[in-house]
Amino acid sequence: MARFGMVIDTLRCVGCMDCVVACKTENEVPEGFCRDWITTEVRGKFPTLTTEIRSERCNHCDRPPCVTCCPTGASHVEDFGRLVLVDRELCIGCKACLASCPYDARFIHPEGYADKCTFCVHRVREGKDPACVAVCPTRCMHFGDLDDPRSEVAKLLASRRHHALLPEAGTRPRIHFLT
Amino acid sequence: MAILSRRRFLQVGSVAGAGAALAAARGPAWDRFLGPAAAGDRIETVPTYCDLCFWKCGAIATKKNGRLWKLEGNPEDPLSRGRLCPRGTGGVGAHFDPDRLTAPLVRGKRRGEEAWVEVTWDEALERVAQGLAAIAAEHGPEAVAFFSHGIGGNFLKHTFRAFGTPNFVAPSYAQCRGPRDIGFQLTFGEEVGTPERTDIANARCLVLIGSHLGENMHNSQVQEFAEAIGAGASLIVVDPRHSVAASKAKHYLPIKPGTDIALLLAWMNVLVAEELYDRELVASHGFGFDAFRAEVAPWTPEWAYPITTIDPATIRETAREMARHRPATLVHPGRHVTWYGDDAQRSRAVALLDALLGSWGRRGGFYYPSSVPVPKYGGYPDYPRAARGPVDNPGGRYPFADLGLTNGIREATLTGEPYPIKSWFVYATNLLQAMPNQEETIRAIQRLDLLVVVDTHPSEIAGWADVVLPECSYLERYDDLNTEPFREPFVSLRQPVVEPPTDQKPNWWIARELAVKLGLERYYPWREVEEYLEARLAGAGLSLAEMKRRGVFRGAPAPLYFDDGVPMEFPTPTGKIEFWSPQLAAAGFDPVPRFRPHEEPPPGYFRLLSGRAPVHTFARTQTNPILAEAMPENEVWVNADVARRLGLTAGARVRLRNQDGVVSAPVPVKATERIRTDCVYMVHGFGHTAPGLRRALGKGASDAQLMTRYAVDPLMGATGTNVNFVTFEEA
Amino acid sequence: MLELTTTRANPMVDPSLQVWGWEIPVYLFLGGLVAGMMILSGYLLFSGRHQAHGSSTAFVPALSFVLLSLGMAALFLDLEHRAFVWRLYTTFEPASPMSWGSWILILVYPALAAALLVRPPAPLVRRSPRLATLSGRLLDRPGWPRAVGVASIVLGVLLGIYTGVLLSALGARPLWASGLLGPLFLVSGLSTAAALVHLLAGDPQERVLFARADNVFLGIELLLLGLFLVGLLSATEVHARAARLLLDGPFGALFWVGVVGLGILIPLGVQIAAVRHRVQHTPVAPLLVLGGGLLLRYVFVAAGQLSHWSPP
Repeated sequence: MARFGMVIDTLRCVGCMDCVVACKTENEVPEGFCRDWITTEVRGKFPTLTTEIRSERCNHCDRPPCVTCCPTGASHVEDFGRLVLVDRELCIGCKACLASCPYDARFIHPEGYADKCTFCVHRVREGKDPACVAVCPTRCMHFGDLDDPRSEVAKLLASRRHHALLPEAGTRPRIHFLT
Repeated sequence: MAILSRRRFLQVGSVAGAGAALAAARGPAWDRFLGPAAAGDRIETVPTYCDLCFWKCGAIATKKNGRLWKLEGNPEDPLSRGRLCPRGTGGVGAHFDPDRLTAPLVRGKRRGEEAWVEVTWDEALERVAQGLAAIAAEHGPEAVAFFSHGIGGNFLKHTFRAFGTPNFVAPSYAQCRGPRDIGFQLTFGEEVGTPERTDIANARCLVLIGSHLGENMHNSQVQEFAEAIGAGASLIVVDPRHSVAASKAKHYLPIKPGTDIALLLAWMNVLVAEELYDRELVASHGFGFDAFRAEVAPWTPEWAYPITTIDPATIRETAREMARHRPATLVHPGRHVTWYGDDAQRSRAVALLDALLGSWGRRGGFYYPSSVPVPKYGGYPDYPRAARGPVDNPGGRYPFADLGLTNGIREATLTGEPYPIKSWFVYATNLLQAMPNQEETIRAIQRLDLLVVVDTHPSEIAGWADVVLPECSYLERYDDLNTEPFREPFVSLRQPVVEPPTDQKPNWWIARELAVKLGLERYYPWREVEEYLEARLAGAGLSLAEMKRRGVFRGAPAPLYFDDGVPMEFPTPTGKIEFWSPQLAAAGFDPVPRFRPHEEPPPGYFRLLSGRAPVHTFARTQTNPILAEAMPENEVWVNADVARRLGLTAGARVRLRNQDGVVSAPVPVKATERIRTDCVYMVHGFGHTAPGLRRALGKGASDAQLMTRYAVDPLMGATGTNVNFVTFEEA
Repeated sequence: MLELTTTRANPMVDPSLQVWGWEIPVYLFLGGLVAGMMILSGYLLFSGRHQAHGSSTAFVPALSFVLLSLGMAALFLDLEHRAFVWRLYTTFEPASPMSWGSWILILVYPALAAALLVRPPAPLVRRSPRLATLSGRLLDRPGWPRAVGVASIVLGVLLGIYTGVLLSALGARPLWASGLLGPLFLVSGLSTAAALVHLLAGDPQERVLFARADNVFLGIELLLLGLFLVGLLSATEVHARAARLLLDGPFGALFWVGVVGLGILIPLGVQIAAVRHRVQHTPVAPLLVLGGGLLLRYVFVAAGQLSHWSPP
């Protein structure tokens, strides 16, 4: 079974928010909410600065605390691609999953259920990339099976320097940032 | 806003294509956690091209159950290569924007007071036609000036050519790219054009001077920029602000604003002194090089150091870096280059640097673009000859201006010289945000007999109009064919994807109806725009039906570089690259650019710089619900140390007061390490004051409002606006 | 210098997590209080003291019933997808403390009902005299009150610990990342329960008994709080930073003055003095304990949401 993840090249990313906008239209994310976002980290003193721009979203962790804490099984690990998804018909809106996520990747949909990035599973099942990956004008985002050594994501991880977010939180995130 | 309305929490049924194996997966109904497309949804796609900016990328619109759902790049299109920029993707919001104009409006009260009467199209156009006819009768048709932006103005331009005025202007010239194209023409005999003929993808060394690619989101350029970075190109960025591009640079040069020419001269000095330039090219195709050499000899990096604050070792190192990669070194000519009034000369300095590096016509430098030869529509009668020439540049005051100057029209409107201008017809450009010195624009408007605005939105300029004509958004109309020359020749079609929400009309219809009312029906042998498009496409051996299906047609690739067989010709008067310009000398200008210092901000003031954000275009997208959400307002960037010294808290609102006492709307402070201490920066396009732009009203501050001062380029009349200084006031 | 900017601005999440307001602290407080009362009354039942100190065992189960229901109401108010609340009971998720909690709560009600039956309160008996008969039958068999007592104690301990574990299972909030949170909330629950019974007990002897018990609980609570803080401070920088939210951060005043001072130290001092007959017995001390217990939940829930793994 595949284990889907993302590899994002921060050297190419310009933080244009196309991923954010594409996610909004593709997934009809309600106004005022986002499933993905841009983080910019600048360190140093002018003019000697180092910058990392990242397109961030749910990490679809291998050890997802949002799944563990969910009292109803709404948050679950899907067999398909080991994606972390929310069944909105099981969700009671207790918000434990929001509190459990070190990335603050979730929010409460105006209809009351916990919502977040699905890796565009509806597209992935049709063999397409997630909307954010497909739209990116800098082609900085890559999606695929981390367990398949022939996949582009696996090759990039094998050949480039990379890091994930808050590995110390112990969730084993599946989005990796090339630096 | 309907498109982002809450989805049904439970959609029964499963997604088309769900496999049997997946049915065994957890959760009985996929739709409980799936995206929005469910089985039974009627999905249709329509190819078109984007209008969120002038780049005109090929797009594919997807409708779900007849309703616009999303926009994606057309993979067939060489501009987008299947990927739109954030504005293009967010173009969905242009259709759903609740702040759009809905019906033709006629002024109810005095100008500037927004009291309107809704009228029918017939009444509105009748009123416009009568007004224009009266002006033509009294002052001649030349007394009408046509302002436009973008391809949507083509049909209206046609109507006004038929009407008989010679006065056509667009802010994209004198307020944006004009000086650049003049600087390059004076050097190579050719302009950079739109889309820029920059071969960024193949550059081994890319030099950006104030260009903030990545924030400035011209799609193909940004795609190529990322490719160049991915391929390990060496990036040199010159900017007083640590832009996104600067953050990726191998060399970041935090130049003092207004001193770029000094840096460019010093770079040329190093290339010449160290004989690092393309000597072969200079010998075979250079004109006046010895004089040029003598001119740049004094401008050493040591000379430039105190001017630019860039240390000489860095200037030398970067010059050598450029030479190392030549001719695949691209010194980018930029686009919005109207900064200090000496912009054509600065652009010429950029062109000269590119000439020394031999990058013109070379891979990784500037390619030769080509287009599919689609003939013009053949059935039009000849336009009448205007009795008088254009009003904007009397006596050739700006000898190198080759297109109309908006500011020239404004001046003529104010002075009545060389002849009076009595009507402005404005298509899709918000002149109050696009032109410096709003007060001057408003005074000029007050002298008009008739101001007509065609737009999708009740913009600031529309607020001053006598008649406002609501246009369809680009998703609801046909437009002229896009045949812009590019890396690969192509033709693309804009066609309606959805119906306009209310009584908006396409520009071609407005143009034709107005012509009919003006008694110019003979200029419109076609009734429906499809006939026009079909006729033009047939001339190129294409069909409208095929174009409607595919959106884009790609022509046979033509050679891009001298090495591929492009003839090495430079259409300057000397037929060579003019290092020393006889044209400039003859007109009394510096034949080789020289650095002249600009006025410094007085104590306590900071130079106001402005730029672009990737999710907005000009002042035209701030009410788009999707894009407004991505960036609802602008901030004023202030150096963190300065902010601390002045007691400005990050996120707190301040007002900016400029040297002439003009005070901005409140704008949040971005206290940051990413900018020099002698300037502040704002993204252009915010601080709207038009009450109809409800979503944008009161969001951020307008740089245009604070640009009361402008320096006119003596070569070609453009308005440099980085000459304004601001200080802070409590909000 | 680090400049961190994000384009995300999700309600309840940005700029800092604020998913839980007053409802969850109230629920945790009442849950803990009821847990404590169950343990106390369970002990009385188990040890046979319900006969001697009938006054409190008579009202505690009924009061627990009401308070727990109020707590559940607060919890329900906090839910965002209320129509689906029944989904808690179509599954059991062994990894989820909340799932445990929802099932424990299901078991707590019968236990409370059983305790109620052992000594039904007088007003209920007046309405339904058959209750007295039923109660009499139960009391005839000494095994029954004992069994009910044991059940109350076991469920009370589970419920009390659960209110803390619920938070400590959310590892993304470093302030809550401590196994001591369960015992801490349990003991705080016991202490507030003792205070409440102390406050309401008619029998002076019983009041002394519960004041004594409360003093022990407050002492243990203080010890656990100390250990909890030491644990965080000696863990990673992230956890130490979280602890400092209470020590000298935005919650410092509430924590030191409210939770520790007014909620523990002062009532402890007053009650020690009262037990030793140095001062008059006063309802102020137990009231302070109750307030302190509620404040403890509030401070932990609010500060915990503010704590995070991201760089400062």
